[in-house]
Amino acid sequence: MIASRRKYKLHNSQAVVAEQFDDRTQQHEASSLGMWIFLATEIMFFGAVLTAYTVYRNLFTSAFEAGSHLLNAKIGALNTAVLICSSLTMALAVHAAQTGRRKRLMAFLVSTMLLGGVFLFIKFFIEWTHDYKEGLAPGLHFTYAGPQAGHVAMFYCFYFILTGIHAIHMIVGEGVMAVLLFMAWRGRFSEQWYNPIEMMGLYWHFVDIIWIFLFPFLYLLGAHF
Amino acid sequence: MSSSEFPIMPRVHYLNADYGIKSWLLTTDHKRIAWLYLISITFFFSIGGVAAALMRLNLLEPQGMLVEPETYNKLFSIHGIIMVFFFLVPSIPAVLGNFLIPIMLGARDVAFPRLNLLSWYVFMTGGSFVLYALIAGGVDTGWTFYTPLSTLYLNTHVMAAAGGVFIAGFSSILTGLNFVVTIHKMRAPGLTWFRLPLFIWAMYATSIIFIIGTPVVAISLALIVIERIFHVGIFDPALGGDPILFQHLFWFYSHPAVYVMILPSMGVVSEIVTAFSRKKIFGYHFIAFSSIAIAVIGFLVWGHHMFVSGQSIYAGLVFSALSMAVAIPSAVKVFNWTATLYKGSISYEAPMLYALGFIGLFTIGGLTGLYLATTAIDQHVHDTYFVIAHFHYIMVGGAVMGYMGGIHYWWPKISGRLYPDGWARVSAIIIFVGFNLTFFPQFILGYLGMPRRYAVYPPEFQTLNVISTAGASILGIGYIIPLIYFAWSVRYGPVAGPNPWKATGLEWTTSSPPPTHNFEETPVVTEEPYGYDRLAEEIQVA
Amino acid sequence: MPHAFPLFPQEASTLAPAVDHLFYFLTAVSIFFSALIFLLVFYFAIKYRRRSKDEPPPKNQVINNIPLEVMWTVIPMILVAIMYFWGADIFVRSAQPPNNAMEIFVIGKQWMWHVEHSNGKREINALHIPVNVPIKLTMTSQDVIHDFSVPAFRMKKDVLPDRYTTEWFEATQTGKYHLFCDQYCGMGHSLMRGWVYVMSPGDYQRWLESGVSGATMAAQGETLYHQFGCITCHGTGKGPSFNGLFGKTVKLSDGQAVVANDAYIRESILYPTSQIVHGYPPIMPTFKGQVSEEEVLQLTAYIKSLGSKERNTGTP
Repeated sequence: MIASRRKYKLHNSQAVVAEQFDDRTQQHEASSLGMWIFLATEIMFFGAVLTAYTVYRNLFTSAFEAGSHLLNAKIGALNTAVLICSSLTMALAVHAAQTGRRKRLMAFLVSTMLLGGVFLFIKFFIEWTHDYKEGLAPGLHFTYAGPQAGHVAMFYCFYFILTGIHAIHMIVGEGVMAVLLFMAWRGRFSEQWYNPIEMMGLYWHFVDIIWIFLFPFLYLLGAHF
Repeated sequence: MSSSEFPIMPRVHYLNADYGIKSWLLTTDHKRIAWLYLISITFFFSIGGVAAALMRLNLLEPQGMLVEPETYNKLFSIHGIIMVFFFLVPSIPAVLGNFLIPIMLGARDVAFPRLNLLSWYVFMTGGSFVLYALIAGGVDTGWTFYTPLSTLYLNTHVMAAAGGVFIAGFSSILTGLNFVVTIHKMRAPGLTWFRLPLFIWAMYATSIIFIIGTPVVAISLALIVIERIFHVGIFDPALGGDPILFQHLFWFYSHPAVYVMILPSMGVVSEIVTAFSRKKIFGYHFIAFSSIAIAVIGFLVWGHHMFVSGQSIYAGLVFSALSMAVAIPSAVKVFNWTATLYKGSISYEAPMLYALGFIGLFTIGGLTGLYLATTAIDQHVHDTYFVIAHFHYIMVGGAVMGYMGGIHYWWPKISGRLYPDGWARVSAIIIFVGFNLTFFPQFILGYLGMPRRYAVYPPEFQTLNVISTAGASILGIGYIIPLIYFAWSVRYGPVAGPNPWKATGLEWTTSSPPPTHNFEETPVVTEEPYGYDRLAEEIQVA
Repeated sequence: MPHAFPLFPQEASTLAPAVDHLFYFLTAVSIFFSALIFLLVFYFAIKYRRRSKDEPPPKNQVINNIPLEVMWTVIPMILVAIMYFWGADIFVRSAQPPNNAMEIFVIGKQWMWHVEHSNGKREINALHIPVNVPIKLTMTSQDVIHDFSVPAFRMKKDVLPDRYTTEWFEATQTGKYHLFCDQYCGMGHSLMRGWVYVMSPGDYQRWLESGVSGATMAAQGETLYHQFGCITCHGTGKGPSFNGLFGKTVKLSDGQAVVANDAYIRESILYPTSQIVHGYPPIMPTFKGQVSEEEVLQLTAYIKSLGSKERNTGTP
């Protein structure tokens, strides 16, 4: 174990600077700025869908409230808690990387992945499956027969589109975390270089924040408790 | 200096540093990636061009000379989709931007070279989807994909085409991201913001638009695809959807997209005008800030495509005012370029002919934009050939001429060879003449009322259509000749040497072609760009 | 030979000269600035041409002149401001039909125009109107977005599915003018054309009354009012009465107040639950799928005929 750790221990501090960069600082700043810009594009991406959703919400307020009411806000809240915890474990993973603690880093990455997995499991196999069975899946199985059914269908369209795109982002995040986990296991990260973990942290927190918008927009506005 | 008398090719440079197909398809060298894009977009341009040729041939006769209306509808759709998304949007950024930005900044490469390569693959994937749509029978939505036509009433390959554009959008986003980070973080020592070449300012503004705008069109097209797959009514009025919402989402990107298509050309023109009048640019700060202003205001004007759409007249009035505002920075640039010529030392090589042509044609194109921004006039000419003439003056008379000028200007740097300037000047003039003959009559046709996207038309419009088609054939010839001499020059052209134009700029301080890492040593910048005034002093003192 | 090579369509409406005059102004400005730039570029390019290959860059380069920058920013701003306000003035007036405009109804569908006059007379791909009378078109589409464009009147407007749009014009010259669909609508877009026939008032009246097979739109609407059973609620107090309704401000159950216009009536017939009148239960069934767009227009005409808050709208 110790031998393998030493094999991959970083001796040359320049070893992890990509050749287009002059030094580690430049590389670090560049990847941070790059990730922030990427997140800006994601804001525009989700923002466009949320704008469309808001337009229709204003047009069909009572139908959207009815649709929202049919969602299970408790499960949504549970999922929110799960995701917030996963952001906590992600932040702890970044901290572990910053302090060069490999085992801890791996543990927190795994925890984040597991919590993310729980979120996705609840989303797909509890919520979506339930909605499908209840006949609330527009285009596939929609049998809602209450007033303004067409507009309730519109609500569910956006529900599935928004949570679906969010879920895709989470799945991509899980994939990247798996790669980072592997890299961490091979000892690629240290106090001197933990850039990718930090960037992953930014991305994961962003995915969390998007959910923090989606949850009230979809589950809470107009719902009665 | 004497080395320019007998220029020699460097022994090792980025083109011969590595051989084999893998070294090209798996390259992370921004210069090689620029070549990949150059070849791809030339390919797409020819497809779009063939579509245009067929359209103009069809329009020789009022009853349609060549094709049925269904086919004509597919031709203008593929022409628009390919020319906008697979030629104009990537052209200067992906070819010249990729090649030049690191060199102009004194850097070894862009910030994220592998992301850069991924951009190209994403672009080609999107292009494949669109090519599939074309080969499998075509798409007839128009490049604007308006709903509910595209979602509910067409049976052509809408999803493949929309999907292809959606995918290609990510190529723009990644390129824009790469450029912004590179420009922020990888400037050479001493290269402050106001020492940057104006090409960089233009590319920076363009990249902002890529980043903020492209995701919105991506969603718009994704929603169309979702509606078609799941038969849900996002834009279907029968199910509560609003087709006008699609127009808002679509134009929110597609208007800034036209600034994506023109800003880089303006950057090229700034570079060429200084080099070929051997003068510092007039009003550097004004041009730089105008680029940013165009990008910002450009996000606020999309509703001018929708004056007659049923949008409220108040919205129309606001968008009209903002559209007037966005014209002003462009005008400022034209005046500054013209003033740069004053008391210059002007030569007429092909790049300069293209740049001067740009100034004239962009002026006409921009002024005709004012007609469209004026609500009362737009009410008459909306969706007529007047609009087509306007945007072709900007896109072809402006953007493509800027692109051609840039390719000619930097060709010696990119290939290490000179192209035959005599032929190049002749082509530039053929293009200028053919272009005006093709598109000026269309202003008249539009005001007379001939609608766009018409496969057949009333007979009284025939004369102008025939003139336009005649011009198009000349224009086509003008584009084919450069293909031939550029290809020729790669093998047989005279060696260029590091600075055949005797221009200033970091790109001219390294060899032609540059080494893979661009510079033997990282340059240090101590003065403002376009230092022709200092050159003048030095020669005077010497 | 002015007609052999026309540069302008005929000016056949009150709007046309206004638009054309603004167009002339923009053209004058455009020619001025284009010529200015072309001539300056040409002049500088020749006067300052490089005379020898080794000519050094010019000395004493002028590269900044703030007053010049201000001037060529402010002057264009003033010119575009003139264009804006002039255009906005025409635009706003062109968007507000006079109260006494004659109403004609248009339904666009792939790929033809159905036109119906208030007296029930129908036509396809043609619009007959009297000269010197303001005409207001109320339009809707049965499928995709179309556009009703009459270049000689300098007017067009998109025609939308499930919604009404309106355009108005007053023809000033008799004659025959192109009608184009001006929003790409699929295969037959370039064939979705017709003619606007502007006639003298006498000719128009004769045309209007000839060959009218059925009743006026309002009379047909009254038949439908009974046929669809509207009377069972709206004639008995269970639903709001239609007398004097058109043009009235209606209070809705959610507190909003709306004007009972064409769009309101259409929405009430097809989407009754979207706007419930204050004080009434939400029990009206929808007639979507049962009543056509043409029938909606006829029902609206009937409701209008029961007295309205607006002045009488032309030929019954």
